[in-house]
Amino acid sequence: MSGWQTLFYKEVLRFWKVGFQTVAAPVLTAMMYLLIFGHVLEDHVKVYETVRYTAFLIPGLVMMSVLQNAFANSSSSLIQSKIMGNLVFLLLTPLSHWSWFVAYVGSSIVRGLVVGAGVLLVAVWFAPLTFAAPLWIVVFAILGAALMGAMGLIAGLWAEKFDQLAAFQNFVIMPMTFLSGVFYSIGSLPAFWQTASHLNPFFYMIDGFRYGFFGVSDASPWLSLGIVGSALSVVSLIAMHLLRTGYKIRS
Amino acid sequence: MPAISFQAVSKSYASPRGPAGSTFLALDNVQFDIEEGEFFGLLGPNGAGKTTLISILAGLTRATSGRVMVQACDVQADYAQARRKLGIVPQELVFDPFFNVREALRFQSGYFGIRNNDDWIDELLTSLGLADKAGANMRQLSGGMKRRMLVAQALVHKPPVIVLDEPTAGVDVELRQTLWQFISKLNKQGHTVLLTTHYLEEAEALCGRIAMLKTGRVVALDRTSDLLKAASGNVLRFKTTGTLPPALAARARITGSVVQLPANSALEIEQYLAAVRESGLIVEDVEMRKADLEDVFIDIMNRSSAQQSAGVNA
Repeated sequence: MSGWQTLFYKEVLRFWKVGFQTVAAPVLTAMMYLLIFGHVLEDHVKVYETVRYTAFLIPGLVMMSVLQNAFANSSSSLIQSKIMGNLVFLLLTPLSHWSWFVAYVGSSIVRGLVVGAGVLLVAVWFAPLTFAAPLWIVVFAILGAALMGAMGLIAGLWAEKFDQLAAFQNFVIMPMTFLSGVFYSIGSLPAFWQTASHLNPFFYMIDGFRYGFFGVSDASPWLSLGIVGSALSVVSLIAMHLLRTGYKIRS
Repeated sequence: MPAISFQAVSKSYASPRGPAGSTFLALDNVQFDIEEGEFFGLLGPNGAGKTTLISILAGLTRATSGRVMVQACDVQADYAQARRKLGIVPQELVFDPFFNVREALRFQSGYFGIRNNDDWIDELLTSLGLADKAGANMRQLSGGMKRRMLVAQALVHKPPVIVLDEPTAGVDVELRQTLWQFISKLNKQGHTVLLTTHYLEEAEALCGRIAMLKTGRVVALDRTSDLLKAASGNVLRFKTTGTLPPALAARARITGSVVQLPANSALEIEQYLAAVRESGLIVEDVEMRKADLEDVFIDIMNRSSAQQSAGVNA
């Protein structure tokens, strides 16, 4: 294996070894959402004419799990290595900033997809699902996970303590996920919040992902692809720059 | 081509105390070469800049000015090549709790692009007395084992230049012997070794040449034998339970009740004993011995302090 492949493999093995906490737990959480929201709102909320609410909810929850876990993977791995001090073993190697980026973001994508697949597997018991355009499902899952993996990389480099990372998660990631249409179509929101949602890149990730299931969405999947792709490029460039300059890891 | 070349290396940090914008000079124009195959000691009190210098060599810290070359590779401009040539044993006892000993060593090999490294990994584990721990999680290792594991991790890619930053801190005597036998063997095979340690008897026994750092400056740089020759004087050693007069205490090396004073003439010895008698101390086990590296070290550190304060007054 070459350098980046080793680091990628190590990062995958790292979360897999504690799979109960990194895979099973988020699947259980998503199942709780599905059970409670699906049950309570099934007969009260109508989003699209042809789609049951529980079925509408599933892609949102799957994508939310993909995004949150992709973020958690790179950010928690980095902060742990920084606090434990074992990041030095990587810093002493000839690995380039490209290798770091590909390995950390790649392993975050894997964790995101594994958790997402787990949630999906459980969710099909709750409502029948259609797969209108499967390629969009895969594309948005991978791009969304990559974007969040790269954000996690930035947050992990920036944070010096676990509570800083928790703050980032609670004050940035969580609100953006919840205000992105996981639980509702933004068409049902008041005009102001509809406009606000259109500025949230998370909305496009979830909307595009959902399009792959039902073939209907709030925005065109191509627009969503463009926005998610651009956001990924910008965040990746920032992450690469921080890695290249050794931001907070080399003095 | 030197194995390591420090070329006018300076490092300043923003001063944590003092007025805004003020800087603290951790390394001041450090310049020396370490030749291929040398066993080289870098000594100095805490805060002298040893670890900063090694961090710059390792690429963990950037020099404010000057540069460092490892076998003609610049550690910044050509970092990938330089790091392949370097095996660094960090001072902090760090480990990755997710993996066992063999996994950690395989990963470390992989970061350097080395596959199927198990033969060398096994040899490392055997030489460092860790063979029966290959499957143990890093968390289960004792402090001394973790320390030896750091050595193994630094050597997975068979680097020609080995840097040990206080490798024997917290390691018991027997294991220290094992470690030094192994490192000496590597040195005989042609690996260059740079060692920092607070155990001066180790440096005296192992290092062919020594540099001493104090407050970021090289205050001595010579062959170990020449350093010892230069301090060819003798040492008066005795035990006492009382407090030494200040004039003597300033020159003495005190370890519990054992007092050691540099004594280059009979007159000096007489003066010491007279001072001790006057202060009414009871003295036991008086003996003379040859000066060792610790005496040289203390002497050089005191002399450079005197020079510095003279410089300030002038």
